[in-house]
Amino acid sequence: MPSTTIIQMFVFLLAGFVGFQTISRIPPLLHTPLMAATNAISGISLVGSLVLSGAHDGMLATVLGTIAVASAMANVVGGFLITDRMLAMFKRTRVAAGEEGAAGAGRS
Amino acid sequence: MRETSIQLAYLVATFLFVVALRSLGRPDTARRGMQLAAIGMAVAIVATLFNAHILSYEWIVVGCVVGAVAGYPLGMWVPMTAMPQRIALSHAFGALAATLVGVGEYSRGFAVGDIGRGHVVALGLEVLFGGLTVTGSLMAFGKLQEILPGRPMTFRFQHGFNLALMACAVCGLLWLIIDPTNLAVAIAMLSISLVLGVLFVLPIGGADMPVVVSLLNSYAGLAAVATGFAIDNNILIVVGALDGLSGLILSVAMSKAMNRSFSNVLFGAFGSPVASAEGAAAAGGEMTAIAAEDVALRIAYSDRAIIVPGYGLAVAQAQHQVRELADLVDKRGGDVRFAIHPVAGRMPGHMNVLLAEAGVPYDKLVEMEDINERFAETDIVLVVGANDVVNPAARTNPNSPIFGMPILKVADAKSVVVLKRGRGTGFSGVENDLFVDPKTSMLFGDAKQSLLNLVVEVKNV
Repeated sequence: MPSTTIIQMFVFLLAGFVGFQTISRIPPLLHTPLMAATNAISGISLVGSLVLSGAHDGMLATVLGTIAVASAMANVVGGFLITDRMLAMFKRTRVAAGEEGAAGAGRS
Repeated sequence: MRETSIQLAYLVATFLFVVALRSLGRPDTARRGMQLAAIGMAVAIVATLFNAHILSYEWIVVGCVVGAVAGYPLGMWVPMTAMPQRIALSHAFGALAATLVGVGEYSRGFAVGDIGRGHVVALGLEVLFGGLTVTGSLMAFGKLQEILPGRPMTFRFQHGFNLALMACAVCGLLWLIIDPTNLAVAIAMLSISLVLGVLFVLPIGGADMPVVVSLLNSYAGLAAVATGFAIDNNILIVVGALDGLSGLILSVAMSKAMNRSFSNVLFGAFGSPVASAEGAAAAGGEMTAIAAEDVALRIAYSDRAIIVPGYGLAVAQAQHQVRELADLVDKRGGDVRFAIHPVAGRMPGHMNVLLAEAGVPYDKLVEMEDINERFAETDIVLVVGANDVVNPAARTNPNSPIFGMPILKVADAKSVVVLKRGRGTGFSGVENDLFVDPKTSMLFGDAKQSLLNLVVEVKNV
């Protein structure tokens, strides 16, 4: 087995641990944005499809590469936009409203 | 030198992605974090364009423009209620990209006549997971969008047939390791994986879709990992691992919330008539109807109220009315919280997004474990369009199909009002003892109209 493959396995293993630690801490409140976010980030497969589409490796590879670029790009653009749109909706109670609520709670 | 710079750019992008996921742990840092991730993505894409193998850019530009034009409406125009099918479609896109890269790489290696054994393992796994995810996600999309019938579709010896096909695919992979340039086997493997995706989602019913969509997320991640191994790219391995784990964690969380094992969700075909027949006899007694004015009086003078939203709320598009009601009670000095069951929506965390969209502050959205203690001190609980997630049979009746599912302990509250369209059973066809509990009153009618009435009545109190 070539040594790069071994190194890649280390990378995979460590990324798995980091991922597990990080993602387990994300509250259910944000699970839908999390899914949209991982979708957007998975568009990183562009690093493969861009090369396939631009290198002259025969017509088939170019066509497949171009379709792959388009689908990955759709995920990147759509994914980041919708994640941002969602996260912008999550707002805390405004402080003024909170005080008003607290004052109101004093009523019998 | 150029290659080193590209790899360093990937390193920066990877760092930004992990930071972004870390920041998703808290709602106030999440947005900034994702903007960092977008910068990371831009860095990685620009760096890739300098790759020495790229000779011309015209096809790249075509692909990017088409993708961006398709992506914009997917990001900006899709309503939040359609989120589950939109995510399923995205999985299909992501997996399609991975699969095509795999097929393209294979065809290139085939043309040159040089495919290493290690290479073919990675490519094979990539195409296997990718192909399965493409068709599986499209099936899930079709079911969620109601293009396809949502009920589970089963046939005799289904599991045996699926397992046999899966075994064929694994054999194909082994064959390719021995004989990497066997085109027929490669094509057969791709076809099998596409068919498997369809068969895998076919027997799964609408209520179980959240688990499946999460699981497909995980498969798409694994396909990306395999791509990373195939084209020697570390950033793909890291992102694929993150993606795969996130999907796995979410699907386990969903299964747990429904008290079902993974295999039960995948092979159980829940929602079929067999499952719902038993346990129905448990419920007895009469439902007590109540008028909107009485509910309005009770909730207006309550100190502590909890609203339990279910998917029926989203179907009725009544998020804004429920927020208005909560605001009114809040202004009168009552404390209103929303109790969010993990499977309240159609995907993990869906209900939170729907209520946040309507303008409910996120600190009012409380998870099941945190709010269950509070019910005992609550004056009134308003159940809107939820059924199974508040069904006490899940705790008391071992014969019930939903027995063991964690539920919101609504029955601990001083009084309960259930907003319900009619007297029928819920999504899974199970009777609900809560509705005939002496503490419970029923407000029949369309959820949106009932809430509108409540808002008017509370204003008049």
